[in-house]
Amino acid sequence: MFTHATHNDTIMAQLGRSLASLKLPLFFCKETGMQFIKDRFNYLFKSTKGLITVAIAMIAVVTGVWGMLSGPMAEMGVRDFVIRTLKMDLVQAEREGRVIVLYHSIAMAVMAIETYMITGLLKMKVFYKTAVQVLITVGYLLTMIFGMAFAYWGHNWAFHGLFITGLSLVFFAGVLLVIALWPRNRDYHQLDKTYARTKQGVDVERVAFFATALATVISALFGAVPGSFFGNGFEVFLAENIIRYPEKTTLQYSVIGHLHIMLALIAIMLTLIIGRWLNFKGILHKIAMPLMTLGVIVLNLGVWGVTTPLEPIAHMIIYVGATPSMLAALLLLIWSWGKLIRDGTAHLQKPKFFQKVGALVRDPLKFGPTWQMLFMNFTTSGIGIFMAIKLDEIFRVWPAREERIELTGHWHALSAIIATIILFYYGDMIGLKGRFRQLYGWGIILFSDIALAGVTVFEMKRLFITEAEQQPLVNGLMYAIDFGLGMLLVLLASVMVWRLSDLFKKKGRWTKEIGQELSQEVVQ
Amino acid sequence: MKRYYLIFFLLTLLLTACTPADLNAPIPSFETGVDPDAWAQIPAGKFYYGQHDDIQTTDAYEIMVTDVTTAQYASFLNEALADGSIKAKGDQMVGYYPGDEFHGVKHEEPIEAGDWIFIPLNDPSQRIQFDGTAFTVQQGYENQPMTMVSWFGAWGYCDYNGWRLPTEMEWEKAARGTDTRPFPWGDEIKRENANFYASRDPFEDMRSFGSRTTPVGFYNGKTYDGYSTIDSASPFGLHDMAGNVWQWTGNVYEGMHYRFMRGGSKDTYDMDLRVWVRNNATPTYFSPGVGFRCARDQN
Repeated sequence: MFTHATHNDTIMAQLGRSLASLKLPLFFCKETGMQFIKDRFNYLFKSTKGLITVAIAMIAVVTGVWGMLSGPMAEMGVRDFVIRTLKMDLVQAEREGRVIVLYHSIAMAVMAIETYMITGLLKMKVFYKTAVQVLITVGYLLTMIFGMAFAYWGHNWAFHGLFITGLSLVFFAGVLLVIALWPRNRDYHQLDKTYARTKQGVDVERVAFFATALATVISALFGAVPGSFFGNGFEVFLAENIIRYPEKTTLQYSVIGHLHIMLALIAIMLTLIIGRWLNFKGILHKIAMPLMTLGVIVLNLGVWGVTTPLEPIAHMIIYVGATPSMLAALLLLIWSWGKLIRDGTAHLQKPKFFQKVGALVRDPLKFGPTWQMLFMNFTTSGIGIFMAIKLDEIFRVWPAREERIELTGHWHALSAIIATIILFYYGDMIGLKGRFRQLYGWGIILFSDIALAGVTVFEMKRLFITEAEQQPLVNGLMYAIDFGLGMLLVLLASVMVWRLSDLFKKKGRWTKEIGQELSQEVVQ
Repeated sequence: MKRYYLIFFLLTLLLTACTPADLNAPIPSFETGVDPDAWAQIPAGKFYYGQHDDIQTTDAYEIMVTDVTTAQYASFLNEALADGSIKAKGDQMVGYYPGDEFHGVKHEEPIEAGDWIFIPLNDPSQRIQFDGTAFTVQQGYENQPMTMVSWFGAWGYCDYNGWRLPTEMEWEKAARGTDTRPFPWGDEIKRENANFYASRDPFEDMRSFGSRTTPVGFYNGKTYDGYSTIDSASPFGLHDMAGNVWQWTGNVYEGMHYRFMRGGSKDTYDMDLRVWVRNNATPTYFSPGVGFRCARDQN
């Protein structure tokens, strides 16, 4: 580590001298270039909040730019403009490969954000915390920068190698995180009996974190192995394009299982993180944590089972596993809404219904995460279950391309919900207060829910309108979806611009955040 | 009060977007000069198949230069009705299909021998009218591709004439030629190459009825009322092998009742117009975006 620090200092010194020689504006140089860069670097890459800010900014940039390459933006000609301006090199036969690189790039950054949150919230040895953060930061940045460069700007094979290196580093960070989270270590025993714990004092919430992290690492292999196989000959395919083929190879099943379980595990881990942030405890916590652990294990066994002779019953195992996980999330929702109401009406002797509702929605950043989990049942879980029940009767009568819209729509919706929940927590951790907190929080809720409701109706439109008559409805839905997503991105961009401008202040908000840790800010 | 202006504006925008689509809006009439009765000769030999360029081989065969037109299909219906090959059954014209072998695979539905739907009648998107004795084509749609036809209806048309639906391999070879191009005309796609979603052709109005089919052979390099097209025929001279309508193909695969379609359509983005892209549906499915063409063995 000392070697690294010395090396970094040398680089910083060189950078500082170079920047100073550029005659930058006074406010920049007042601190001297080297110290300016070093301080910001320390905040952005050595503090939990800084690391999260960088990852969110990276995702915002990728989402903002690459969001212009499809859908209505393509129809309006924006796509062609972006491709020309950024000199992208897009070969038609390689679209599927590009898409895979794109969503792996975003997924690695999301994994990094969740990992930072875990390392900031849960107790672990400093070595592990540092090692995990360094590995995953270098990993997701390599994945994102070189993966996207490889996929969208010609094929520099060194870039492809760095993309794979990045993915590998994220994997190793995951392995280290699993070790760091080992729950039987006495240092991590739960002494407070208001939380879920075993008789020996093992923290059951930590067990749930551990199980989810372990399942994530193993499930990553279910993508890595077929990825190596198909990627070797660049015979890439998108899982949604092979859904109706009666015969699938084990590796094709592995890809399908991988993409489903990774998104589910990201969602489950985020539920645990939100629970920790909100300080989930009490009897519901004691019920929810074993349920979550059980759910993760069974769910994963079911998904891994699709690559085994258990495939015919794998879906049944998956349903059995998903139920306790979703029940645990429901218990978190019940507990957190109850707490918000109790805290908000503590000053009233007999609060009335509307006073309780007012207390519930008073702080959108604490209400938002569980509201989005509830909303998810309409946009993702509900749609998924309805499709599963009516698959042959309704959905498989339609063309495969219609079914593809439903599939891609509902996992895009789940991804968007995950993103918004992260943003609620982020809004709280950067200290948004008063009117800005309300605008930011309610903006995320309203804009994302308008967009997601639009997506859900779009997915299901064939239930109530014919192809020939759909265009006016599609237009209306597109207005709603684009308005919601567009405003959400504007909101995020505003926060990012504020964060960027803050970095140029000598005593900006970042100077406080550099010494703060998430575990100190858990809701009391 | 000001805060309500935005909400009012957005609601107005949404409501104006929800005016019903006029399915019988006037349609431009253009003569493309491409003969829908023409056939292309495809030589025997190897070609690149699929996205990953697998090398496959076909025998020599012939395939129609254009999709089957509404006029051609109406003519078939009149002949087949007269000799009793098809009959009206409720809101459908049905015809006999000898059935498929059933394997009981998960999601597989049995396709038994019997009468199956060829086309729906009285559907607002159907451009062929039936007065109880004869079929006529709605004016302006004569040289448009036949749509609202099930796989059985496509199979029935080809079979009635002694032809067949092309296999997926035959279809792709006819579209692609013998190199690795993703589109029938080459490597890149422009709006003037084909009829796809929001391609801004003269038949489209995305504010109301959306995308509509273009006459067969429309993208042949001619200019129609100031709208210039690019000649987008395939290496073997076939038209509309990308966009306009999905085209039924003839394969019946073991363990599945779905039938496959190729080519993308007026309702899909350009990525679905790549020659290797597959779509499928139950053989009873029909849509304003699905048509077909026939193939036959070379004499």
